[in-house]
Amino acid sequence: MILNMGPQHPSTHGVLRVILEIDGESIVRIMPDIGYLHTGIEKTCEAKFYQQVVPLTDRIDYLCPMTNNLCYVLAVEKLLGLELPPKAQWLRVLMNELTRINSHLVWLGTHAMDIGAMTVFLYCFREREDVLRLFEMISGQRMMTSYFRVGGVALEPPIGFFDKVRAFADRFPSCVDEYENLLTNNPIWIMRTKGVATISAEDAIALGASGPTLRGSGVDHDLRRDMPYTGYENFKFKVPVRTEGDVYARYLCRVAELRESIGIVKQALDGMPSGPIKADAPKVVLPDREKMKTQMEALIYHFKIITEGFAVPEGEVYQAIESPRGEMGYYIVSDGTAKPYRVHMRSACLANMQLLPKLCEGRLLADVVAAIGSIDIVLGEIDR
Amino acid sequence: MPLAPAITDLEQLKEHPAVSRLLRWNAGAVAGAKFDRDEMSIYVQKEFIREACALLRDDPGCSFNYLSDVTCVDWYPQEPRFEVIYHLLSISKKERVRLKVRLNADSPVLESVTAVWPSANYAEREVFDLFGIRFTGHPYLRRLLMPENWEGHPLRKDYPVEGYR
Repeated sequence: MILNMGPQHPSTHGVLRVILEIDGESIVRIMPDIGYLHTGIEKTCEAKFYQQVVPLTDRIDYLCPMTNNLCYVLAVEKLLGLELPPKAQWLRVLMNELTRINSHLVWLGTHAMDIGAMTVFLYCFREREDVLRLFEMISGQRMMTSYFRVGGVALEPPIGFFDKVRAFADRFPSCVDEYENLLTNNPIWIMRTKGVATISAEDAIALGASGPTLRGSGVDHDLRRDMPYTGYENFKFKVPVRTEGDVYARYLCRVAELRESIGIVKQALDGMPSGPIKADAPKVVLPDREKMKTQMEALIYHFKIITEGFAVPEGEVYQAIESPRGEMGYYIVSDGTAKPYRVHMRSACLANMQLLPKLCEGRLLADVVAAIGSIDIVLGEIDR
Repeated sequence: MPLAPAITDLEQLKEHPAVSRLLRWNAGAVAGAKFDRDEMSIYVQKEFIREACALLRDDPGCSFNYLSDVTCVDWYPQEPRFEVIYHLLSISKKERVRLKVRLNADSPVLESVTAVWPSANYAEREVFDLFGIRFTGHPYLRRLLMPENWEGHPLRKDYPVEGYR
């Protein structure tokens, strides 16, 4: 029997259609059908100035906007050869880890709810609300933050921001304990996840898995540690790896990452350097409002950047970072003008999605939900 | 930090493990190389792309065991028009390399690397969908993101940003 599974109307949440060929309760063949959220962002980027692309990158993956901002601005900075002041880098690390927490909380809540543990969802969204308030405080927006800019970050953090983050960081580990109390030793949770949808390390690598999905299969690979960017080499953190390769292992990896992320947040707070938050590159970085009102050059540069953009030297770069879901990569080709010639986004979800047939075929219909939840997909990022 | 100029001379780059391995295997397969902004690009002749990928994956000196990404750039109206780009990653050596294949506008056909990395499946379908590059030997080469009955390939440079009206 052929079954269609999943909502596929653009206004619903998680627009994924899965075509299932089933024999009784077991899956014979499974085929994801994607593209319902395709908006042609890569094409749109080609018609925008470099700085105008930043808000577009938020909209790809609405659960980790800052990660996408970061990956894009890092790629453009690499094209320009810009060097950033330490405070900008540390702020980026701080916000990036808060984003990871935000994304993992939504994943944990919805994944548990899909499997039937309703309560966890409410607990997770309680803490997610705190993170979103922090985002709103620093960038003015809860979800589409656009806080990172080419050459730095948009604004100096407001007074009292770091205290709020510290209060959250002190409270959060006990919240993770609460989630774990609800799930980690819960017999129903274990029955639904342990030994379900397993994948070996070789298969995971061959199918292009990355992030916690890959680490859940025993591959010790994290771009933050292995190929550090934006100052991650200054931070100490462990990379959680599990060897079982099942839904439960991926769950444990992500929960352990929540604790590691909060550790990085604390380190970033403790060692936050002082100094400028933008690179010294007047032709690329918008000047302060204060300078614009007192200095002629600043006004001219502001006008030029807004009306003409900034030219980026010819070349191409591929910048990859560890997003909450895996390897997020931006490949940008510049032809020397103020608009990118080509922007390509390597989506971790799209690659992880290819695991689905391997995870589900031969298993029961009910396991499909657990498998889809465990690879943590965001359809906006898959379809772009 | 001013940018260092790109090195495009193959002679200077042949020490790089991936370049030297490919040259030792078949010097005719390498059409050129470029080292720019700390990133290595190797131009491969289109007939050899699958074998070159398999070689770089299996060679212990390179061990590029992970295919990050396949994508394409349209240089319309220049010839060769298309550049198909493969981003390879070595998880053990923590290194990346970029392979590039140039294709003419009249025959945008290339051998699929799905036999080497199954992960190329969706990426090649996406390139086919958005650029119209055909991959021979691909197990299921159909549109991925656009509707099945869509006409044209939207990421080509001669396709208008607003679409055809």
